[in-house]
This record gives sequence, structure tokens and C-alpha cells, in this order.
Amino acid sequence: MSQVLSSQPPLLEVDDLQTSFIVGEGQDVRAVDGVSFTVKAGETLAIVGESGSGKSVTSLSIMRLLPKKIGRISRGTIRLRGKDLVSLSDREMRAIRGNDIGMIFQEPMTSLNPVHTIGTQIAEVVMQHDKLSKADAHKRAVQMLELVGIPEPAKRATQYPHEMSGGMRQRAMIAMSLACEPSVLIADEPTTALDVTIQAQILDLMRNLQQKMGMAIVFITHDLGVVAEMADRVVVMYAGQVVETGTVEEIFTKPLMPYTSGLMQSIPRMGESEEKQRLQTIPGYVPLLTKLPGGCRFRTRCAFAQERCAAAEPPLEVLDSGRSVRCVRWRELDLKTKATAP
Amino acid sequence: MNEMIPPTAAPTKRDTLLEVRNLKKYFPIRGGVLSRVVTNVKAVDDVSFSIGRGEVVGLVGESGSGKTTVGRTVLRLGEPTSGTIDFDGADIAKLSKPEMRRYRKRMQIVFQDPYASLNPREKIRTVLGHALAVHNIGTPAEREDRIVALLQQVGLSGDYLDRFPHEFSGGQRQRIGIARALAVEPDFIVADEPVSALDVSIQAQVVNLLDDLRAKFNLTMLFIAHDLAVVEHISDRVIVMYLGRIMEIAPTRTLYRAPNHPYTKALLSAVPNPDITQRKDRIILKGDIPSPINPPSGCVFRTRCPMAIPECAKVVPPLVEVSPGQFSACIRTAPPPGSFVPVSTL
Repeated sequence: MSQVLSSQPPLLEVDDLQTSFIVGEGQDVRAVDGVSFTVKAGETLAIVGESGSGKSVTSLSIMRLLPKKIGRISRGTIRLRGKDLVSLSDREMRAIRGNDIGMIFQEPMTSLNPVHTIGTQIAEVVMQHDKLSKADAHKRAVQMLELVGIPEPAKRATQYPHEMSGGMRQRAMIAMSLACEPSVLIADEPTTALDVTIQAQILDLMRNLQQKMGMAIVFITHDLGVVAEMADRVVVMYAGQVVETGTVEEIFTKPLMPYTSGLMQSIPRMGESEEKQRLQTIPGYVPLLTKLPGGCRFRTRCAFAQERCAAAEPPLEVLDSGRSVRCVRWRELDLKTKATAP
Repeated sequence: MNEMIPPTAAPTKRDTLLEVRNLKKYFPIRGGVLSRVVTNVKAVDDVSFSIGRGEVVGLVGESGSGKTTVGRTVLRLGEPTSGTIDFDGADIAKLSKPEMRRYRKRMQIVFQDPYASLNPREKIRTVLGHALAVHNIGTPAEREDRIVALLQQVGLSGDYLDRFPHEFSGGQRQRIGIARALAVEPDFIVADEPVSALDVSIQAQVVNLLDDLRAKFNLTMLFIAHDLAVVEHISDRVIVMYLGRIMEIAPTRTLYRAPNHPYTKALLSAVPNPDITQRKDRIILKGDIPSPINPPSGCVFRTRCPMAIPECAKVVPPLVEVSPGQFSACIRTAPPPGSFVPVSTL
């Protein structure tokens, strides 16, 4: 897959994105601090990080859905097919949203309107995009519901969000976000609130739809299991910055940044050991953005930290292979992915 | 359904601390002008299991499986509809509220969301002090020392006494929730999704802490979670529930290596695998969990089961021992009762 993809130009290019929030009188924090990545058509890029890493703010920045009064993109560009979205007017951006970029959120209830039927909501999106009659738009809505595997789509189209289960609502939202065949789909923790059997259904559905429609997916999640199953490439974020990027194979078999390796080791794995295994942990907590340690932001929790890690913020080094890492010690370290030897 | 299981020793050969028999918990749904009970939500429907002293039993299932209701009911935080809950030799299902007081001290709960379960206006000193005062433990001066010791046991500094819950991160708040549960030196803890709201790196810290405390105080624990991987790391045995009923109970290793019930197999295969070098065939179940108001007849899992046959609609399959200590409720995968000589009970 990667060879085919490498010949294409990127569809979405985020370059040096910085998003700031006002947190107190005259005090700004950079929730996203110099983040860059690209995604190609048909490719899935996973952005991984824990709470406070800036992964969701990155997705809201791309959609230009930051809370108006307190959040703003303070630097950088977000290009879709070469066109910068940051400089677009709100009106122009509305046309991009839904048409070119679709988005699925963690909790579908917050993004579906509770007082309209599912069919009406999807039809509305379709009508904004294509000049279709109401009846045709409704037909299209039913087709979309069928596409995402909702049984009895015509009947479901007449139902309200509260009449559906969580998994159904998530499917309905996927149907809505794909109704206009966007070229980029941003999925922010789309399965986190779902049970595992339903999650498996939704992930399977997303893979199939991507194959059919060829869209690029930016998949935002904290679940490394989901990343391993869905992603072609991975961006690891910590405290607002990218700390490592690579293909899914590179990240999962040979992480270069101690944080990535720490995350890998702290995931409980199933069926791997005879005895009860103690989990590896990363000591301490993610720092507050207002109280970042100087130098490397991860150093206070890092098992490999040295004096020089505090001296200056390490740059994100881009390697020949195209992957990148933010750690002054990466060359000397031989990091593990599992707590125990294989 | 449990007639075929002889009421003898627990599979772990330890002495039993908690023995639940035929537990039912129905929530009535009222309707009409007279608010009569029109139907029931069968949240827990005929559940039997036991937990040995010092044992950690994992309880897994998806939303609507009844796992949380089981946890709350065995602590008498909800009244059981029927069934017995034998705790250290006494049927606590039958005790009056004042009689129950004596047992409250011995059984505690840790909740999923430590923020919602800590009073935001109370300092940590007060939160933990309450627990001690309610059960008349120590003099006020002794309590202060005890609180500091408790904080240290859960890996927090004694300097945090005068802080409020919002000053802590999620992981730290969960440590406080654990300290509160431990304050009265219980024998038995129900941990209801204690790490589900935490980040991966913090989740591992809290799981290890629970495991250490369990060993240190010889705690008996019912560990409720939807995350099967976490459960494997802490449990001696695991119970799998679906729609109010137990589908399978087995020693942890057996359950993860050789699951018997089709639901257990599907559940295990649905967990995303972080190891990219092993790709597994996935069983993708169709549809959603049916409503517990009107569960399917016979086996409740049959409407989503890839192995279902018409017979599955006819009888509720009993839990049958399929290997030592492994019980499965499935007429398709478990041999008929009698073909394997039962060696143990639930």
C-alpha cells in the first residue's frame, strides 16, 4: 500500500500548526505547538496521544471549529489540495466542511440534532452539497444508511437519534459525514464510547468504505490497538507536539522515542503470558500546558532523561526513511515495545 | 438452572468469602394512569458465582450486560429481587438495613469516575475522614495519622491533605477513591470500571496499585470492566456476562487461551490487537445487544450468535463444566451435562 501511495501528492498538508487558547488574563497556552503532517488519498493517518496531547485540538483546527472567543490558529498552514484553509472566510470554510472534509466525533449524540429525524438531517447535508430535490435527497439519505449497514434503512431514516443505539447513531453519523463523499474524513475517537463488538463493526465498516470511496482518513485515538488495526502511518503527540512519526510497522516494531515505547509497554496485552503479568507504567502525569518542564516536555517522566534533555527543547528530527523523532538520545537507545522479552 | 451444580467447594480450593446464588435484579417499568408495573427490565437474571478469600474475579461484559448491577447488588447498594448473597457465612440479601451496617465496613466500592464520586467541596482530609468517622475508627488525632498513611499507601503525598478533588488529575483522583475504599480496612472490594476513564499510561499505574494492595491486605475483589485485556492482568478467574446472564466462567488463563462460549470467543476476537505482527481472524457479530425488557427466549445470545440453531430458542442453557473450573452456558459448544464429570462448582 505504501509504495502506491508514495507516488501521489498529499491531499491534506498540515504545516507548523500552532493553536493557542486564552487561559487567563493575557495568558496563552499552545495546545498545539508546531504540528506538521500530511495525508494522501486512500491513506489512514492515526494521531495518537493521551489526554492533553493536543490531538483533538488539531482536528478541530483543521475543521476550523475552535471555540471562537478563546481559541485561534496562531501560526501555520492547513492545505487541502494546495489551498490554505486557515485564510478562508467562515463562509468559504462552511463549504469545505461536509463537502471536502467530513468529521465523526466520539459522541454522536452531540453532533446529531435531537429534534430532526436521521433521514432529514442527512438529506439536509446532501442538499447543501448537490442541487437535489427534497425527495431525491431523502432517497440518497436512505442509500447512505444502507451503505453503512443499518438494517431497514427506510424505516430508520424516519427515526430520531434517541431511538437508536450508540452503535446505530455512530453509523448514522458516518452516513451523514460521508453523504457528500468528502475526500478527507476526520474521525476523532469514533469508537471510544462503543462496546468492543460494536467497535469491531464500525472499524470494519470504515475500512470497507475507505476502499470503496478512496478517502483519506485522519484517525484520532488514544487506543493503540485501534491504531495497529487501522493506520498506515502514525503521528504520536505529547503535550501539544509531535514526538514521533512513522509507518505503523516502524512505530509498533521499533519505536524511537521513549514516550512511544512507554505507551506500547503500558498497554495490557491479551493472552501473552502464562502468569499474571505486571504492567509497565510511565511514572507521573502528563504536564499541564501552563506548567511545562523546560527542555524536552517528556523528560520528567522519561526513564532515559539526562541533564542535556533539560537544556533545550529537542527538535523533531526527520530521518532519511521519512520518519521523524523528537529525542536527543534516540540514536543511543534501544527501546522495547513489550514489557517482556518475546 | 443451577440444580446440576453440586453445592460444594469453590474451584480455587480456597475458602469462599462471597457466594451468590440465583441472584435476580429486576427493575420495574411502570405505566398507565395507576403506575402499575407493566414489565420488568431483567438487569440480572439468575446469576450464581462465588469468590474465594483473597481471589480477584473479573466480571466482563458490554453495556447492558448487567455487570454493574451485579456489583452493586452484591454490596446491597440495590435490593436483590431474589436470590441469596452469602458473605462470610451470612446471607446479606436478607439482612435489615441496621444489620447490614456491620457488613458495610467489610465491603467497599471503587467507582469508575472518581470525580463524580468525590465531593468537590470537601478537602481530601474530610473525604477520607468521613469514611473513618462513619465507622467509628480511631480518635480524631489517630484518624489524621491514618489518613496520611492511607495516602502514602496509594502513592500520594501526605501533603495533599488540604487539597480539593479538582486539584488532582484523573489518575490521582482514582488513587483517592481507592484510599477511601481502603480506609475502613475492608475484606472485599468491588472495583467498577476503576481504570476505564484513565489514559493508558495512568491506567497501568492504577492496575498495578490495585494488585499491590490486594496482595498486601489479602483483599478479595470483584473487578468489573469492559476492557478484557485489563481484566486478564488482574484476575484469577473471569465471569463473562451478556444480557443479565452468565455465559462463561473460567480460570483467567483458560478463558483467554481456550474460551468455550461463542460470545466469549467473539468478545475476545473483537478486541483490537496492538501486535501488528499477529493478524487474527475476527468474528464480527451482527447487530446490537437486544433490549433487556424483552430478551430473546432460550439463550439470550442466540440472536447474534454465529452458531445458533433453532433449539437455542427453546431452553435457557445451563452452565456446564467443560474443563476443570470452566463453565459455559451453550448447548452448541458445551457437552451435555453428565458427559464431563464435574469436579468443582461455580
